[in-house]
Amino acid sequence: MAQPHANLTRRYADDLRLFRSRPARAGLAAVVALWLLTPVFLTNAFWLSVLDYAGIAAIGAIGLNLLTGYTGQVSLGHAFFIGAGAYVAAAVGGDLGLPLVLWLPAAALLGAAVGALIGPFALRLRGNYLAIVTLGLVFLGQHLFRNLGSLTGGNSGTAVTAKAALGPVDFSALSLIGGQYSRNQGWFWLIWGVVAVCALLAKNIVRTRPGRAIQAIRDRDVAAEIVGVDLGRYKVAAFAVSSALAALAGALYGAYQQYVSPDEWTLFLSIQYIAIIIVGGVGTIFGAVLGALFLGGLPAVIENYSGSIPGVSTHAGDGGFISVFSLNQAIFGLLIVLFLVFEPRGLAAMWLRVKAYFKAWPFTY
Amino acid sequence: VTQLIQLCFNGLALGARYALVALGFVIIYRATGVINFAQGALVALGAYLTYAFANGAGLPFALAVLLAVVCAAAFGAGVERVVLRRMVGQPVFAVIMITIGLLFIVQQAVTAIWGFDSLNLADPWGVRTVDAGGVVMALRDVWTLGIAAAILGGFFLFFRLSRLGVAMRATALDAEAALAQGISARRVFAVSWGIAGALAALAGVMLASGPAALSPGIGDIALVAFPAMIVGGLDSPLGAVAGGMIIGLTQALTAGYQQDIAPWLGSNFGSVMPYVVMIVILLVRPYGLFGMREVRRV
Repeated sequence: MAQPHANLTRRYADDLRLFRSRPARAGLAAVVALWLLTPVFLTNAFWLSVLDYAGIAAIGAIGLNLLTGYTGQVSLGHAFFIGAGAYVAAAVGGDLGLPLVLWLPAAALLGAAVGALIGPFALRLRGNYLAIVTLGLVFLGQHLFRNLGSLTGGNSGTAVTAKAALGPVDFSALSLIGGQYSRNQGWFWLIWGVVAVCALLAKNIVRTRPGRAIQAIRDRDVAAEIVGVDLGRYKVAAFAVSSALAALAGALYGAYQQYVSPDEWTLFLSIQYIAIIIVGGVGTIFGAVLGALFLGGLPAVIENYSGSIPGVSTHAGDGGFISVFSLNQAIFGLLIVLFLVFEPRGLAAMWLRVKAYFKAWPFTY
Repeated sequence: VTQLIQLCFNGLALGARYALVALGFVIIYRATGVINFAQGALVALGAYLTYAFANGAGLPFALAVLLAVVCAAAFGAGVERVVLRRMVGQPVFAVIMITIGLLFIVQQAVTAIWGFDSLNLADPWGVRTVDAGGVVMALRDVWTLGIAAAILGGFFLFFRLSRLGVAMRATALDAEAALAQGISARRVFAVSWGIAGALAALAGVMLASGPAALSPGIGDIALVAFPAMIVGGLDSPLGAVAGGMIIGLTQALTAGYQQDIAPWLGSNFGSVMPYVVMIVILLVRPYGLFGMREVRRV
């Protein structure tokens, strides 16, 4: 008997399935294979570290996308939660010496708790007001991080000695059947594994009841309230989940980098995450990952190749007219403006257009 | 008591600078409903243009300031014309992000042209001070207060009496109704951005002159002027001034007394005090002191 075409949705259960068609399942298998094999074949430490940073950025960006892309609440305070997560990793994983299975969830829990605590205050406000209050959060947070010397090491920063060991498997010095793997290789599996879990979690949130509620809030909050969405509850929940993912990213960031200082949790970090979701695609989960792959490692790439970009000065007074730091900021600013003006739905939309074209191929309709 | 008066004066002078920047925010917000995060970049641009005209081209200081103000106004109107006009009807989030993107682009362009070094604006005020009964007032601060007062008075008259001012108020109140009356919304938008640019340039000059030096970080003032605008209420010019003064005063007083009264708040608490004030006021009055309550229609 002929099977109905995969594009045809006949039951609600069909609609809910994540990987419905054979190409989608093949794509999933390809992604898993890519995850397993990339560190084996790509042994260049620099490019592995770029991918590691991109994965960390993807986790934070998924969180921000839940809040900004799906719930429609502009937040410039992401950097604060990322910083908080990094210090949890330093305290719980480093100073207390607890294992990965404890410090990673601890960071997420603390992020969620702080988010849920601040959420009700911030979310009384809408749109413009919220953006500016969360901006204040970044500055207050930085003040806090600078002055809680015992925890954060003050201005000079602190070492993060959290161990990345899961039982007998230590991701920092992995030895499996077949050989030894470097720290960057091990962390690649760890970080992108966490990315996969977070992406699945976020996808499950947005395709079920709470997801429909927050998207209703984004589209029209008054209408959402009238059809029975509890605005306060869902806004705070979105804020908490977003903060939890940010803290998770921060914890991994701190532990991977092994050192953090308060100078990192600036407004520019928040802007980087916003650029990631804008470039990737606001309101899509895989857009956040796409954007993170594209932008998450960009600062590191620019820094590494700054010598070969004309006009960039790597140190003071060598004739370049723009510093690496300035170039980074200008590029992020430019990308935000260009994407918002010309492709507001980001790389994800480009990909979806390509996919839509081939879905009905060779017919154009 | 002398110290208190001294701190109050410093705070008011600081507040006047915040007020100039915040007024620029409010004018754009009222006309177009956009919060312009790029205001800080306009501040930096104005200050550096003044430097270029005064030191590079050797023009008299007053003329250099005037030219810089005109250029910054033209730049503001140009940004509106080229970028922001495409964003009409887009969600708030997209518009805010566009202005943030502009902030980073312009600020880094300024840095790329003039460098990171601190420059001397070569203003006529220098480090001279006026002594009034034990209170030492920097000449620059006296001028700042005077200029701010003159500008605020000018705007009051402009919005009250001039055709364009009334057109701007009408557009702010109801853009569609204003259009129906034959008011050109485009012109109002462009003029609003121009005025904001001019105000930003003036604020930039006032920030970089006197004992202070001109450095790329000057644009960050705008981030502190946000609380001033929010405290006063997003859509109220009077609120912007009041908010600026409140923020300036609390910041100066905190910087003066916090180490003695509450040292546990950590060093440099004065610099984050504006945000604390903002959050406290927003908790009590979500639309600021003078802001119009947002009416939600279904």
